[in-house]
Amino acid sequence: MESRRNPRAVVDPKVRQVGFFTSSQPDSTQQQQPDPIASVSSPPVSTISPSGNSLSPVMIPPPRHNSSDTFPLRGAAAAAASAVSPSSFSYSSRRDFPDGSMTASPGRVSRGSFVKSYVPVASSLPGVGIDSMAAAKSSSVPATGLTTVSVVNMPPGLSEEVQSDQKNNSKSLKEKTTKAERRALQEAQRAAKAAAKAEGGGKVPPVTLGSVAGTSVKAAKTAKPTSQKNDVVVAAGPSEKKGGPSEKDRKKDAPHPRMQYDDESRVVKAKRRAVVKQTEAKNRVELFRHLPQYEHGTQLPDLETKFFQLDPMHPAVYKVGLQYLSGDIAGGNARCIAMLQAFQEVVKDYSTPPEKTLNRDMTAKISSYVSFLIECRPLSVSMGNAIRFVKNRIAKLPITLSESEAKAALQSDIETFINEKIIVADNVIVKHAVTKIRDGDVLLTYGSPTAVEMVLLRAHELRKKFRVLVVDSRPKLEGQLLLRRLIKRGINCTYTHINAISYIMHEVTKVFLGASSVLSNGTVYSRVGTACVAMVANAFRVPVLVCCEAYKFHERVQLDSICSNELGDPNAISKVRGREDINYLDGLTNNTNLQFLNLMYDATPSDYISMIITDYGMVPPTSVPVIVREYQKEHVLV
Amino acid sequence: MPDVQSMVVEFVNKLRKRKIEGSQATAKYTVELLRSVISQHRVPHANQAAALIDAVKAVGEQLVAANPVELAVGNVVRRVLHIIREEDLSLTTAAMAGLDLLDASDDDDEDNCKGIGYPAMSAAVVAAARSTLRPPSLQTLLEGTPESATVPYTSSSGADSESKTADKSSITRKLKHDVIEGVNQLIHEIAGCHEQIAEQAIEHIHQNEVILTLGSSRTVLEFLCAAKEKKRSFRVFVAEGAPRYQGHLLAKELVARGLQTTVITDSAVFAMISRVNMVIIGAHAVMANGGVIGPVGVNMAALAAQKHAVPFVVLAGSHKLCPLYPHNPEVLLNELRSPSELLDFGEFSDCLDFGAGSGSPLLQVVNPTFDYVPPNLVSLFITDTGGHNPSYMYRLIADYYSADDLVM
Repeated sequence: MESRRNPRAVVDPKVRQVGFFTSSQPDSTQQQQPDPIASVSSPPVSTISPSGNSLSPVMIPPPRHNSSDTFPLRGAAAAAASAVSPSSFSYSSRRDFPDGSMTASPGRVSRGSFVKSYVPVASSLPGVGIDSMAAAKSSSVPATGLTTVSVVNMPPGLSEEVQSDQKNNSKSLKEKTTKAERRALQEAQRAAKAAAKAEGGGKVPPVTLGSVAGTSVKAAKTAKPTSQKNDVVVAAGPSEKKGGPSEKDRKKDAPHPRMQYDDESRVVKAKRRAVVKQTEAKNRVELFRHLPQYEHGTQLPDLETKFFQLDPMHPAVYKVGLQYLSGDIAGGNARCIAMLQAFQEVVKDYSTPPEKTLNRDMTAKISSYVSFLIECRPLSVSMGNAIRFVKNRIAKLPITLSESEAKAALQSDIETFINEKIIVADNVIVKHAVTKIRDGDVLLTYGSPTAVEMVLLRAHELRKKFRVLVVDSRPKLEGQLLLRRLIKRGINCTYTHINAISYIMHEVTKVFLGASSVLSNGTVYSRVGTACVAMVANAFRVPVLVCCEAYKFHERVQLDSICSNELGDPNAISKVRGREDINYLDGLTNNTNLQFLNLMYDATPSDYISMIITDYGMVPPTSVPVIVREYQKEHVLV
Repeated sequence: MPDVQSMVVEFVNKLRKRKIEGSQATAKYTVELLRSVISQHRVPHANQAAALIDAVKAVGEQLVAANPVELAVGNVVRRVLHIIREEDLSLTTAAMAGLDLLDASDDDDEDNCKGIGYPAMSAAVVAAARSTLRPPSLQTLLEGTPESATVPYTSSSGADSESKTADKSSITRKLKHDVIEGVNQLIHEIAGCHEQIAEQAIEHIHQNEVILTLGSSRTVLEFLCAAKEKKRSFRVFVAEGAPRYQGHLLAKELVARGLQTTVITDSAVFAMISRVNMVIIGAHAVMANGGVIGPVGVNMAALAAQKHAVPFVVLAGSHKLCPLYPHNPEVLLNELRSPSELLDFGEFSDCLDFGAGSGSPLLQVVNPTFDYVPPNLVSLFITDTGGHNPSYMYRLIADYYSADDLVM
């Protein structure tokens, strides 16, 4: 299948290859030369779409279909196993493929058989398939006709055979590769992608994709960097491949940030390793089996006694973890800053153990800390982004730096992140948002968003005359804290519960909301109830402005509030604080028919949002993916 | 009638202090009070209907003024008035039909007609009376009798029928009897509306359904339990309904009856509505345009349901049908409760005091009781007479109330 190429490609390192491969020159030439088709069949293809050359079917990362992920996995497994010599590996993996279907072995391959052999691959790897078809279409006449014809002519037996073979492979592969390894590969790819983007543009000629389908664009993007910079992968993705067994174990320790808790075997495994012994809530809500539902308040004393036994845990991290657990630190920014500051402590006290490199050991350490924090409370998106940043910085520390220099660099990097992405960003948001407040406005806010609070205080300092409606909801009643702070400053406030939102929406002129995260389909993921407020505001034709720092943006997409969420303490619902007369449910908490659902977040559809105010300016929700893309580029460049 | 008067005063006080909660309880008390008013009212021989109506109206006005937000009181008063008018009309038409048959050419008949204000012939009177009792038909439309035929009739002075005294006295006794009979029927209807509505549950709830409800309504409770008794297994989400937490009460009852119940916070309504098959709520009152007044937070749930195309079903007994068209009901037909339900005064006393000196306090607390759902958000009304569209409500109301009572 690596047959389509320009004769020129002999000197060009960007070649289509099978399996895991490096950009090493001899390898690619070896592959090319025995191919008779290379020069015969389709020179126009490669000239028209040069991107096709650098495409690698292997490197398509997202395993959407079962069949399509067999190949990347295969590559991953092999990579993990024999990462020492990647170049030799690319051959070994190729040897595994069923002969007629995959390997374009010299001499034996005629035109027809080549295409035939190509088709099954296309069927199992949609991205590549589309690419190849598109490439073929864009090429000159013979290629097109040939492809279509051979699709029709393809003997069914062959394809079935291939598929079944792949299935077998994948099965054995899945057994072989652990989850951590698979994840390691993905991370490596991500790192490589990022790294390539950093210096990518110059080297690679701008891709003229023309008719090539969107999936292939993706493939090209991921593949390109890897083909050029495999060395970066090894150095940059420290997690990954070459780490010793101890590191691998630690990787396994880390529960996946979005682990599905309805998978019992995994939960049992994760539990065995967990530091924090959580007891599961008794009456779990069926719809939310996939989320962790623990009893709250039981783990704290246990953890406190463990304090002196937990050698590997840094005290700063431990403290932050306990604060998360007890709810002392809440709110995306506060949690993120606390975590980063703990990491700064970690870096400060860090010394590289003998026979280890700083990059890898520290990443492993951070990962284990993160897994501890996840056990205390699931990560917020902002924290996830910050962790990604920290790991990225560690990975990209030049090896030439001495330990103290590296530590200083890391600490200042983290400091910069806190300053730029959170503190300065908030100031910029305030500057933007204040321009939207006019005299006589009645502003509504929900919960206790820090950014909005800053906006309101600033507007008050500017002597704007406005009134604030603080809408609150059970069980946290965070609005009361905000209410108190605003009143202390002399701002005129009205307080109510979320149920009364329709009653007070008549007088509101603008709604200001905070966000835990903004997802790339424009969905605002925020404190539960935000969606209700935005919906009612929308129904009353009141503009909804969301204040959110750009570091909280995420490329994930989400349509509902169920697939990914966090569950709070169910007992907080059955008991009403400060209202002893409400005790209807006191004796019923153990009844199997009764469940309490304490959702923490919900997803607000983007059509309710008029504007998102970020540190990059005021944008409509449709522009979020643009910012996500731009931000991540910058994220790497910083 | 001192005892009736004292009962009225007592009830008015209860209403004023909001001691009676729930429209069904209020309706029941009201109708029982009105029954004793009617039974103890000494009816004059002449024009007894008008006298009865006046008496009921006088009491009704007091009751409505005591709690104008509790629309069930007004509804029941109007229902009773309607019963009186209907019974009177049917008696008169029956009597007149008899007269017509007996002595059709008698001039006394003409006299009688003049006396009660009809310029037309007695046949027209009968037709008019029929037209108010029976559903409109093509025949009545063709005859062109004015619909308001009963208006002058009921308010007419009783200067007639000197010659028919004996006949009339029998009618008098019969009228009061019939009215009390009718009122008893109304009491029965109000008491039995839960069962009537619950009977329809099985037609609306299917297996494995997920139902969201809000607030605490006995109608909803009975409705869900009726479906449960028919061996349907389904799941109920109950929004807790802060700050009154009536959802907790409902959840407790549901759990006691063995239903799978999940209590959610009010803020999670939007998050959960995408997994809900149907929203069922009990109304506080149903307006003539099909709008619903319900527990606070209902409008939010209705909007969310509309967004996700989830049917929004309102259960309402017929005593909740209000013949008025609402204007700005969120404010005008609402009631603000104590702020202490939202904020602990001890906690915020300094903030509240802060504004006391300057005249306007910095902190205000809003705690409304009701919420209005416009008719376009309601999918279906289930009343004791069956399911209806919001757009049909005005017609149902025409069945229960007579037009002259709308403004009391």
